[in-house]
Amino acid sequence: MSVFEILTYPDPRLKQISVPVVHFDDELRQFIIDIEQIMRSSPGGVGIAAPQVGRLQRIVIVDVSRKSKIEHHGRLVLINPEITAYEGYTKGREGCMSVPDYTGNVMRAERISVEYCDEHSTQHTLQTSGYEARAIQHEIDHLDGLLFLDRLVSRRNDLFRRKNYH
Amino acid sequence: MAKWYMLTLVGKDRPGIVAHVTAALFDGGCDLGETSMLRLGDCFTIMMMVKHNGGAKALQQQLAPVAESLGLHFHIDKIDGHLHRHLQPDVHIAVYGADRPGIVAKVTNALDEAGLNIVNLDSDVGGTEDKPIYIMHIDGVACEGIAALESALAIVTQEGIQAKLTPIDVMIG
Repeated sequence: MSVFEILTYPDPRLKQISVPVVHFDDELRQFIIDIEQIMRSSPGGVGIAAPQVGRLQRIVIVDVSRKSKIEHHGRLVLINPEITAYEGYTKGREGCMSVPDYTGNVMRAERISVEYCDEHSTQHTLQTSGYEARAIQHEIDHLDGLLFLDRLVSRRNDLFRRKNYH
Repeated sequence: MAKWYMLTLVGKDRPGIVAHVTAALFDGGCDLGETSMLRLGDCFTIMMMVKHNGGAKALQQQLAPVAESLGLHFHIDKIDGHLHRHLQPDVHIAVYGADRPGIVAKVTNALDEAGLNIVNLDSDVGGTEDKPIYIMHIDGVACEGIAALESALAIVTQEGIQAKLTPIDVMIG
């Protein structure tokens, strides 16, 4: 059993801005193993961010590989991630382990480029689109104290606010 | 123990109705659950889950003055509903076509036979008086799979109705 529990809104820690990771050590790697276990044990969970368990550091895990017929890059550990390019808009339905019993429509960039470090401090750049890009954007939002509730668009209409994603 | 009621209010639309009605409910000790307000035609319509300690009659008496002052008809039903009973739709269907009688019946019957459980539906008439367009959005659960719904829509669209089905794949993060 994991030592961590998922925080749920309105826990104020979910609205905080997380700080970059400086030390890439065994403690960090163990933490990643622990939260990955939580992500995988959550029904439908394809991503998790460190603030969701109260650790306000810029750490995200995404793995959408269990979904069929979509572009993906397998298990991704994204530390200090920065989205460096956004392209297109797409509407999709999101839910969140930190917001139980509610799903809503959210506009996201269709394609993104991300720069990040893995858990061994190696730098990477990734281009992705669709569902995986949505998951990455959702998790990186957690690092800036944003929930999908902050980006909801109407259930009834396809209209959305023109919004700068930066 | 407080019970849930479904409160329906209908009347001529004007600004401030929601504010006045919800203030009256709050002042009367009611809690709100899920609500849906729509302006249909020139009319205000709302349905609200209302939790209330007293009986339906007490709720009726509490609402009567505000409803009368706003020119609204209202109706109260005791319901067996509760919060946290969402059904998660897995398919969205958008339909449009030149307005003519029977579009909703034709499309929804075809989808019903193909196993669609409708969770949300709204429809509207756009275009002009002489060339009206019917537009409908449906979210639902495809109980017999999405392929069955696509087959049903393929038949409907042969009759000049445009329909687009999009699976809803919820991303949980």
